[in-house]
Amino acid sequence: MLPPSPDLSTYVEPDRVRREVYSDPAIFALEMERIHERVWIYCGHESQVPNPGDYVTLQIGRQPMVMVRTADGVRVLHNRCPHRGAMICGDHTGNTGEFFRCSYHAWTFHHDGSLKNIPMMDSGYAGTNWNRDNPDCRMKAAARVASYRGFVFASLAADGPSLEDFLGESKIAFDDMCDRAPGGEVEIVPHCFRVIQRSNWKIFLENQLDALHPSVTHQSTGRAARDVETEIEKRTGKAPLSYHMLSAFSTVTIDKWDNFRTLNYPHGHCILTGYMGLRPSDPDTLEYEAALAAAVGEARKEAILSTDIHHVLIYPGLSVQSPLQQLRVVRPLGVDRTLTEIWHFRLKGAPEPIYRRALAYYNLVNSPSTLINADDLENFWKCQQGLASDGGDWVSFHRHFGRDIERPGITETADGMGTSEAPMRNQMKAWVDFMTRAS
Amino acid sequence: MTDTTQTPSLHLALQHEVEQFLYAQAELLDDKRWQDWIDLFTEDGIYWMPARPEHTTWDGVPSIFAEDRDLMTVRMKRVLHPDAWSQRPLWGTNHIVGNVTVQSVDEAAGVVVVRSRFHMMELRRDDARHFAGRYLHTLVLTPDGLRIRHQRVDMTNAQAAFDYVLQVWV
Repeated sequence: MLPPSPDLSTYVEPDRVRREVYSDPAIFALEMERIHERVWIYCGHESQVPNPGDYVTLQIGRQPMVMVRTADGVRVLHNRCPHRGAMICGDHTGNTGEFFRCSYHAWTFHHDGSLKNIPMMDSGYAGTNWNRDNPDCRMKAAARVASYRGFVFASLAADGPSLEDFLGESKIAFDDMCDRAPGGEVEIVPHCFRVIQRSNWKIFLENQLDALHPSVTHQSTGRAARDVETEIEKRTGKAPLSYHMLSAFSTVTIDKWDNFRTLNYPHGHCILTGYMGLRPSDPDTLEYEAALAAAVGEARKEAILSTDIHHVLIYPGLSVQSPLQQLRVVRPLGVDRTLTEIWHFRLKGAPEPIYRRALAYYNLVNSPSTLINADDLENFWKCQQGLASDGGDWVSFHRHFGRDIERPGITETADGMGTSEAPMRNQMKAWVDFMTRAS
Repeated sequence: MTDTTQTPSLHLALQHEVEQFLYAQAELLDDKRWQDWIDLFTEDGIYWMPARPEHTTWDGVPSIFAEDRDLMTVRMKRVLHPDAWSQRPLWGTNHIVGNVTVQSVDEAAGVVVVRSRFHMMELRRDDARHFAGRYLHTLVLTPDGLRIRHQRVDMTNAQAAFDYVLQVWV
């Protein structure tokens, strides 16, 4: 356990991290307070709440929140009645009607959280300080709400960088996703896959940009997919692209992953480059490229489709796979338990087959029957077991340490060093900044 | 479609055959006889676990499983690979299939639609999980016996967060 006022900066060195950072419940509680309940956290996409009163519930750190569409935009409120504390919206999603109504004593609130009515308020609260002028007499709003290209974030801290300043270069996750749509926008595919990992939230984030693990962890799936892909090619001449996305885990062997690059930015954000072969010359792709060129011009189309991104990690809780229009939201449940919420988006104006191609990846890789993450989650669980033990005090992030290319605002992996643990070092650097910042 | 209640002896024979088929399918899963399980499907057979109960087709919507025999083969080859790390811990399942109801019979086409319910307990490492739901089988009569053209699995648990994942079919 932590001493009363731990010096958290001593838990993180440039190339290694104390195991308690992943396993101590007291550090987890501080992380919720100093990171998740302070920085910009992803809430959802505007297309999830198209009509006034539409809402989705979500967790920011330890706080149950509700994102709701009002007459003049999207708000994020604490999902809590100011009376006795009852949660207002008990479902994942729905429409609250013209106002929120608490199921306990029928207190009602406008969509912006302000008090609408309390039954017999005049007689019941005469002479008390509980009235509409009391700022506590409402559903508390998130301190700040902002959206970027339809993706809504909230911060529970009144102070701090703007959303765009916080995102910085990681904005490209949303630009790349939306720009690929001839209509310049995406809309939600209305389903969320929810999978719990029995491990600390940071283990998932670190794995997302760990270019060394795929050919080890996912070799079984890569081989299996390659076998069947070959069989289909013999039978019909050509296998669906989804087989290639899986077989790449075995055909891109461990020595080749160093050819990828990571770009590491302030606040812990990071990009893993590496394109997934999404530009074959089949009729569907050509039709899509023509639609995009018609919308934005040939040169712009080329620039958009040449964007070299595999994943974008937006610290501390979002992993975006923009070329396939999917994202994973990380909601910490406890020091050793993490919920991932996995969403897919549709490119507005793109032909149906392009959506279906990405959908196949969503089903095969990101669904609860995932052919990929079964082995990741097994590794994460094992890490959590080891990090809770006294068998060693440190986690090593030494790979290619000291060889990264550091420039103002970016740390880049050097050529041929794509498996550098630079993203982990970068995340932990941000972690120390957040955790030790004077409140 | 035929009202199978009109010919009681035929009805009983079909009911029996269908029940035995569903029990055998469940046994193959519990015995991890993956290829034999896949071979219960017709060449165009589909195994589908919808993401949402209101979905009426796997085509074009998110699904937990939407697999033809090729994808089933990928899944089988993965779990049989020596480096499928998540397969290392001992694990096993026990299925119980019940409430078997012949919903319709198309004698001319040799197609039987059957509803049933299942409960499945899985033990993996030291953790037990319990899954339950409804099967909807579209079976076809072939010279080799009944085969599955379409199996829909509406698992009640599918609406909750999954604590870990599903590695094979339910």
